[in-house]
Amino acid sequence: MPALPLDEAGKYVAGAYTVFLALIVIYVAIIGAKIARIERQVSELLELTDEDAAERPGGERASVG
Amino acid sequence: MFSKGLRPLAVAAVVTTLAAFALVFFYAPLDADQGFVQKIFYVHVPMAIVALGGFVAAGIMAIKHLRTGDSSWDLRSYVAIHLSIILGTGVLITGAIWAKASWGHWWVWDEPVLVSFLIVFLLYCVYYPLRFSIEDPERQARYSSVFAIAAGAFVPINFTAVRLAEAVTHPRVLSQTGGSLPGEMRLTFLVCILAMTLLFVTLWKLELTAKRTSAQLKRLRSRLELRAQAAG
Repeated sequence: MPALPLDEAGKYVAGAYTVFLALIVIYVAIIGAKIARIERQVSELLELTDEDAAERPGGERASVG
Repeated sequence: MFSKGLRPLAVAAVVTTLAAFALVFFYAPLDADQGFVQKIFYVHVPMAIVALGGFVAAGIMAIKHLRTGDSSWDLRSYVAIHLSIILGTGVLITGAIWAKASWGHWWVWDEPVLVSFLIVFLLYCVYYPLRFSIEDPERQARYSSVFAIAAGAFVPINFTAVRLAEAVTHPRVLSQTGGSLPGEMRLTFLVCILAMTLLFVTLWKLELTAKRTSAQLKRLRSRLELRAQAAG
């Protein structure tokens, strides 16, 4: 086949690069959501352990950071 | 939470990817035969090479798992296969777009390179049902590793078999004579491969970190529950 004119070829090239970028963005978004969920669960656990420590006589709150 | 070296690796991956895109669109010359459509080559071929490399790397990690019994190698192998399948999906879609633009068809069944890649891709799609149909974690890791090794060995065999095939509709990039890419195209192609490799390693480390942290959290939660039961 002869080379496509630029305006027609541009659609295909844009399509291919969009597919690549979309795959990466979707993947990073999924992993990001997973990490956010883990961080939320860590905070919940910290709250639970803090409450547990506060209920014990002479208990101290866990320090963060 | 993030593993050591992930941040500089991510920065390097983003910078190299941006540099690769700049080279593709502002430095590499237009192909005399295909024109602007040939720009798809710079995303399609590096993705294919890195995906196949990821499958082979997963096989090597699986060997390490079977030799040492360390389940972290199984996790590494699993994540490498997972990412390679994602890249493989990209290879098939971008390949179909390129085929439509240059051959007039979305898919050509008598082209060994295309069909062999599809076979490798479908082979690895079997990995998921195999892995998640086994409940016992140790057996799951062992069987998955055996699969990863067998399939990983199939990749270079498949590559060699395709090289020996006669049909040459699909362009050959890696050849014994160094290919036929002129200097600017070759440099751009090499930067694209480097960018894709860095991207793969960064995402691999990112997912690995997320999976490890999730597993640690699960262990911590069950320990706390046990302690609460013992106390109450």
